[in-house]
This record gives sequence, C-alpha cells and structure tokens, in this order.
Amino acid sequence: MPAFEARVDVQHLPGIADPAGATVERALPALGYTKVTHVRIGKTIRLVVDAPDAAQARAQVEEMCERLLANPVIEAYEVTISELVPSARVSSERVP
Amino acid sequence: MSARVGVVLFPGSNCEQDVIFAVEELGGSGEILWHGDDNTKGVDAVIVPGGFAHGDYLRTGAIARFSPVMSAISEFAAAGGPVVGICNGFQVLTEAHLLPGALQKNAGLKFLCETVELRVETTSSVLTNAARTGQVLRVPINHFEGNYVCDRATLDELHAEDRIVVRYVDNPNGSLDDIAGVCNAGRNVVGLMPHPERASHQILGSADGVVMLRSLLAACRVPA
Repeated sequence: MPAFEARVDVQHLPGIADPAGATVERALPALGYTKVTHVRIGKTIRLVVDAPDAAQARAQVEEMCERLLANPVIEAYEVTISELVPSARVSSERVP
Repeated sequence: MSARVGVVLFPGSNCEQDVIFAVEELGGSGEILWHGDDNTKGVDAVIVPGGFAHGDYLRTGAIARFSPVMSAISEFAAAGGPVVGICNGFQVLTEAHLLPGALQKNAGLKFLCETVELRVETTSSVLTNAARTGQVLRVPINHFEGNYVCDRATLDELHAEDRIVVRYVDNPNGSLDDIAGVCNAGRNVVGLMPHPERASHQILGSADGVVMLRSLLAACRVPA
C-alpha cells in the first residue's frame, strides 16, 4: 500500500485570539518592518499514512483533524497530501 | 454516610488536593480517581480539577479526554451522575464533548490570576442548587485560556435551555456573553473557569465558593 505524507496546517478561526501572532506583529516594527499586518501563528502537523490512494489518505487525515488534530470550534485546518516516493536507491534495487 | 466525591488526577493536575480539602471541610469525603483507571470507584460525584492535564499538549484538555477514566466519567455522566469541571477541568469536559463550546486564549492576551465576581444565572444545576438566582459570588480565576466561545446555534440553545450557570459581572477574559460556566442538557455536568475550592474559607479571602460545593454535595443525594 502506498504511503502518503500529510501536512496539516492548523490556524485559529477568524476572530479567535492569537496572542503569539499579536506579539510578533508588535515586535516587527522594532526591526524596521512597519508595514506588516495580519500576523497569525498556527501549527503544522506532519504525518505519514498508508492508504490505497491519495483521496483515501486525505479522507483519513481530515477525519483525524475533526476528531483530534484540530478543534473545529476554534480552529480551521488545511490538509496537503503528497505521495511518499521511495528513495532513488531503494527503487533502483527494485528494478530487475 | 457522607457524599463521596472523586477528584480526577491527570499527569499535570494541580488543584486536586485543594478540591479534596474543600470537599472534606464541608463534610464530604474526597478521593483521587487516577486518570489511568477505567472506573469511577463508585463515587457519588466527580470533579475534574484545574491544572495542565497531560501538559495541555496539542490544546488544553485535548489529550486528557483519552485517559481511561474519561470513558468511565462519560458513562457516569450519561447515567445522571454529577460531574463538575473546574478551569482545566472545564477545558477537558469541552474537549470530551460533555459540554459545548471551547475555551480560547483570554482576549487581553494575559494570564489572569485574580478574584472576580460571578452572578448565578440558574439554580437548576448540580453546582448551584443551593444558591439564589442573581446571587453574586466572589471566586478566584487563574487561567490563560478561559475565553469561552461557541457557535451561534449553540449559544441560542444555551439561552433557550437556561444552561448558562454563572456569568462574570465584569468580564475579565472576553468570554462570549460573559459566560463563566455552563451545564449540559441534563444539568448534571457543569464546567466553569473560576475555582470554587479556592473560595472555600474566609482565610482564603472568600468563602463564596462554599455554596457551589454544598450544591454539589446536595446533588449527591446521599443520606447525611
């Protein structure tokens, strides 16, 4: 079964306080970056999941987001799926 | 026989002894429920105390809900058993879907540690049955993520079913609709950010939390 790497980007929903982002936004002008707004700090979760295809990998990860990785009451998430390609050496060994 | 109150101990809980002390001052008996146990030891009520259960990793309360004792508490609650979550315990109960909504970071972006005034909004809950509606209680808060939030439909439901148990008189953390505590539809599960156990004796600066803890003991329906 192929393996897929999932990258889950979790961000606060609009209107939800983000003190870390707000603090960074206040710090940036001190370095001369005076035109920066909308700093938001979220988190990235990466995981590898075995699934028959990308669509099923995505479905599994989205379910994980709903049930654990994010709290839908206060957080939004975005899932990016990419198939893990076996390393070149391993694949060349597989070639007869 | 005195009411037996089980107080959950997760790795990272830090208010369990205070809760047990306060419960026992009022004539109840308190005992620890270890988070890894899969039962509630036959107690008459459960308190999920404050602290940082499982380090608050991922989100406050998010990992605690997978502790075996939480399944037992869910069953206990479903059977009508009184369950109260205080501070981190409230966060755990929302993550466990025993209570609606979530607790986000305080609007002022500050950790708050102060005594606030709460107004009792309903006496129909296991935490307020001995109080008066409109009664104002001085109880400490001690949190960073205490800013209650829920979607519009949930808020409408809370209003329609009179499930906002206590409100802040002067909202310290940005909570939606000044909400400091809510209950479930069965009114036997209550979560609140303020700490009644820290207002359980005049020597602590306030004894206003006593009426809440007495309510919980009364809800146990154990013959005195």
